Amino acid sequence: MSKATFRISRGSGGDLTPEDYEIEIGEGMVVLDAVHQIQSEGASDLAVRWNCKAGKCGSCSAEVNGMPRLMCMTRLEDLDLSQPVTIEPMHAFPHVRDLVTDVSSNYRAKKSIKPFKPRKPDNADGTWNMKQEDVERVQEFRKCIECFLCQDVCHVLRDHHKHEEFIGPRNFVYSAALEMHPLDTEDRVGDLKKDQGIGYCNITKCCTVVCPENIKITDNAIIPLKERVVDEFYDPFTKLFRMFKPKK
Amino acid sequence: MTTTGTNLPLPQQRAFGKTNRTDRWWLKPLLIFLGFGAFVVYSTWAAFQGTNYFYGVGGADYLSPFYSPLLFGVAEAHPLISVVPEGGRPPWWPGWMPFSTAFFILWAPGGFRFTCYYYRGAYYKSFWLDPVNCSVGEPRKGYRGEQKLPLILQNIHRYFLYVALIFIIILLWDAMKAFWFTDPEGIGHFGIGLGSIIMLCNAVFLGCYTCGCHSLRHLIGGRKDCGTCSGPSGKAYSCVSGLNSKHMMWAWISLFWVGFTDFYIRMCAAGIWSDPRFF
Repeated sequence: MSKATFRISRGSGGDLTPEDYEIEIGEGMVVLDAVHQIQSEGASDLAVRWNCKAGKCGSCSAEVNGMPRLMCMTRLEDLDLSQPVTIEPMHAFPHVRDLVTDVSSNYRAKKSIKPFKPRKPDNADGTWNMKQEDVERVQEFRKCIECFLCQDVCHVLRDHHKHEEFIGPRNFVYSAALEMHPLDTEDRVGDLKKDQGIGYCNITKCCTVVCPENIKITDNAIIPLKERVVDEFYDPFTKLFRMFKPKK
Repeated sequence: MTTTGTNLPLPQQRAFGKTNRTDRWWLKPLLIFLGFGAFVVYSTWAAFQGTNYFYGVGGADYLSPFYSPLLFGVAEAHPLISVVPEGGRPPWWPGWMPFSTAFFILWAPGGFRFTCYYYRGAYYKSFWLDPVNCSVGEPRKGYRGEQKLPLILQNIHRYFLYVALIFIIILLWDAMKAFWFTDPEGIGHFGIGLGSIIMLCNAVFLGCYTCGCHSLRHLIGGRKDCGTCSGPSGKAYSCVSGLNSKHMMWAWISLFWVGFTDFYIRMCAAGIWSDPRFF
């Protein structure tokens, strides 16, 4: 057994102070294990949100050594333990207490996305026919666990606080999952440009870097949506082509 | 202080460069800055030279990609529009302005790369510092992104793509000509020089970069929700997606190689070294 120091941001309402905790660590421990050990050994009032400990519920998002991560999926053996390991709450959201933030703005932004609107059923029994390869593209987006690490790392929210004008990477992934679905008939492109601020994304790919589900958020969701916005608003030739295209 | 609809305030924006990251987060943007910077400096210098862009010794036909298609230039390089003395200028070009036939060419690949989704993300970080790297404090408080002018003009990317695709065909033609050598009797025959291989690699690398473009991926099939309903475009979409997944790699390889191709031909033309013939 060896020892490691964890520098955890403590406080409430954004008034944070880093406090050091030294604990004994064992093989296979993750950061969330260390936080639980700190809770049990002397900081019983340390607030932390967690649930599954398996990287599937998206609850234990925090910033470990400055990078947004799931605490339950961050192994101590991957960190430099010769220095204190910093654990902070996410910076893009209002702070509640210790490692807990208020992520409700993400759910409000999600409500602004038009819901799934399928075409008429293909069959008399109310079912549709789809080929697997047609739904594969949107399957990737359904892996999202709503940990909001992508929202946290996105500088448009984190540094520029555009929460009212920009729905963020997670919600673009959700929008892409609906918009690119082969059965969906709803048009969300106008909303993406005007109300949901897709133009604020400047493709730094930080959201892709931190995604624990390895969703290619920028390449497969945001850029394709940006291209659909270009089709609709910035490409006169595509518009012209559509005008002369025979209607089905 | 900004809020998000709750009574709780958002954390204040961190100062420029402030982060708790413990890795060398500054290294990648620095390398990108140096890489792009070196290419921009070299390509600008090469464009302003206006000479040594064509190598014809021993019947070779090597034309620098910075000057292709050659609009004005030396007769042996077969310019498209008119023949003027090397380093000369068309009569309508303003006398006070420096002239190089490369000026008519480089706006197109330059515009394609400048508006490329990969490069945008990279130079916003390395040159604009917006942000310099993920979860690192920024120097500016205001932010317009690509939502408003001037960066909303980045949406012109697909038009540069159309031009870039034409350039790929031209560069492939140049690469084919580089395998065709003219002997002293004026008879052309197949041959392979080091320059032939370099020019072929250049066209292939640029092709891989251009054909992996996000806009092409969208136009060729990504815009459709039902890939199998669109026949051959579904397969084309898969091919472009394969190249697109390595877009960054091809962006860098093609950037380096196009500069190297110009440099190689320039050195041959200047007599610094000679082109070895293998066949």
